[in-house]
Amino acid sequence: MLGYFGRRLLYVVVTLWAISIAAFVIINLPPGDYVSTLIANAQAGGEGLTPAEIVNLRLRYGLDDPIFVQYWRWITAILLHGDFGQSFAWNQPVATLIGERVALSAILSISSLLMVWAIAFPIGIYSAVKQYSWGDYGFSFLGFIGMAVPEFMLALVLMYIGFRFFGASVGGLFSPEFQDAAWNLGKVLDLMGHLWVPILVIGVSGTAGMIRVTRANLLDELYRPYVHTARAKGLPEWKLLLKYPVRMSLSPFFSTVGWLLPGLIGGETIVSVVMSLPTGGPLLLSGVMSQDMYLVGSFIMILSTLTVVGTVVSDLALAWWDPRIRKRYKRE
Amino acid sequence: MPEDDVLLEIEDLRTHFLLDDGVVCAVDGVDLRVRKGETLAIVGESGCGKSVMARSILRLVDPPGQIEGGRITLHREDGPVELVGADKRLLRQVRWRDIAMVFQEPMASLSLVHTIGSQIVEAVRLHENVGKAEARERAIDMLDRVGIPKPRRRVDAYPFELSGGMRQRAMIAMALSCRPSLLIADEPTTALDVTTQAQILELLRDLQAEFGMAIMMITHDLGVAAQVADRMAVMYLGRVVEYGAAEQVLSAPRHPYAQALLRSMPRLGRASRTRLAAIKGMVPPPFARPAGCTFHPRCDSAMTGRCDTVTPSRIPVGDREVSCLLYDDEQEERP
Ligand SMILES: Nc1ncnc2c1ncn2[C@@H]1O[C@H](COP(=O)(O)OP(=O)(O)O)[C@@H](O)[C@H]1O
Ligand code: SF4
Ligand SMILES: [Mg+2]
Repeated sequence: MLGYFGRRLLYVVVTLWAISIAAFVIINLPPGDYVSTLIANAQAGGEGLTPAEIVNLRLRYGLDDPIFVQYWRWITAILLHGDFGQSFAWNQPVATLIGERVALSAILSISSLLMVWAIAFPIGIYSAVKQYSWGDYGFSFLGFIGMAVPEFMLALVLMYIGFRFFGASVGGLFSPEFQDAAWNLGKVLDLMGHLWVPILVIGVSGTAGMIRVTRANLLDELYRPYVHTARAKGLPEWKLLLKYPVRMSLSPFFSTVGWLLPGLIGGETIVSVVMSLPTGGPLLLSGVMSQDMYLVGSFIMILSTLTVVGTVVSDLALAWWDPRIRKRYKRE
Repeated sequence: MPEDDVLLEIEDLRTHFLLDDGVVCAVDGVDLRVRKGETLAIVGESGCGKSVMARSILRLVDPPGQIEGGRITLHREDGPVELVGADKRLLRQVRWRDIAMVFQEPMASLSLVHTIGSQIVEAVRLHENVGKAEARERAIDMLDRVGIPKPRRRVDAYPFELSGGMRQRAMIAMALSCRPSLLIADEPTTALDVTTQAQILELLRDLQAEFGMAIMMITHDLGVAAQVADRMAVMYLGRVVEYGAAEQVLSAPRHPYAQALLRSMPRLGRASRTRLAAIKGMVPPPFARPAGCTFHPRCDSAMTGRCDTVTPSRIPVGDREVSCLLYDDEQEERP
């Protein structure tokens, strides 16, 4: 087991290293460098920099050093100090910029995920067990609508309804009076009042999809002989359903659960843009559009890292869930 | 044969599948009796309704299958209970405690994500008021009795860690863990190789001597039936066509279908070059059962005008029951 995951960890490190190089290359791709951008900005602001200042800056940022030295400095700053560099467009450290949004992104993603699971699992199980019943048809119908309606449209409709009938500003995550206020109970409540709309918007299509997946996976298991055995043993119906086929049908779920990690930071860009939510997605989008390379490169680094870590998490989760996988790892 | 020996009595059992294209009468009027402590073999070509019949006993038929009628009476120590109309509570009680089942695919019929031990413990604790530790000891004891080596270690093994034969032994251990009075074994050896098959059959015989349960052995293999059966029922298209003592049915079958089935099977001791006679014609499609005797399109002795109109009923022939119009007269001639 440890041998398997030891090897796994080595692959992860190598992959992450390759990703960091790619990110670094991307950062250095546009013509010009950090200092030339600074000069341009300063000139645009009407205050030119003296040549001495420029030389100083170039020295300070080590821009004339060999490229691998620059890479080393960049990656060690990230690893040792969490310093991802400076955003040109925002004139702030990238770490601060992203950090501000991570919490909200994560709250949003996790809440909508919980909503998806809480609704989709019971309905999916019901639909499979009562296949072709009126209930199943009804949920399938609603599910297809949920999948077919684009998120941005649902967002716009909900915002319109909120504005028109409740007079609420449903865009963003805070009312204007709390926007820059320090955290207190009022601000938390205000956040709750705003959060349900994006949670609903993001959750609807996810729920619809999850219902289909849960139903299909469970239908695969429901009529297997081991279910007959469990029934023949005299177990009550609901208990045997949960203990045997439902448990088996969750294996695919556990094998993909780690893939949700990158979504915690970068997901739901379109909804966030439409509803002007201060999450990670729009930040990445704006960074790409303004060639804010440290921002974009850092995003790529973080998202890729989360993806790689997510795969490992999935494998661990599946091994924990399914003894067949666990035993295979042990043998390897 | 005194009637108070009867453990399970099936009368006119009908289980149908209501499909979009029509109704499949998988079990269409089965009459059977299983006596205490004896082995009844149910034989017949595959598709004749053996499994559906067996599942109907414990009401385990999945939709669109449905028991359309009949009575299944189980004679328990404390009196008879009827299973077709039984409520859920009674049914759950009868399942495994009175009647346990072993299925064809030991790999598929055990849960692969639960240990063998936990699956046996679950069965025991479901029906008996015993603690975890005691149930676990029982599981280990049962694994030992079915001949699984190192039961104390194997109890924590998962089914996929055992060989096919060992898995089926574990399944049998689980089936007998609550000391049922009837064990239904649906093709328990079909998925196994010949050597393992012989071992499992021998094991079942030994366990029957030890525990005294009756066995309903479902098989399409007359060889298997010959090895274990005290009594035998031959099924064709959802009906029992001949029912009687195993050696009598095997040595001198009365029903034309039973005769044809025996001719079509290789027999021990018979020269291997002897040609096997295939049963003529084909099994009719499930939606269109022939009228009259369902075997008449394939029967060499069919009487035109009679076999294709009159449905034969169970006719006592000696101490057997045969559903064939050829024996109708014998009954009428009897005083
Ligand atoms: N789930 C099902 N849906 C429709 N028909 C079925 C189903 N299961 C069994 N049958 C029908 O019941 C008949 C008997 O099946 P089965 O009892 O499995 O045969 P056996 O066990 O004797 O090989 C088959 O011919 C088949 O047409
Ligand atoms: S009833 Fe007629 S057709 Fe059917 S088995 Fe007997 S002789 Fe053959
Ligand atoms: Mg069968």
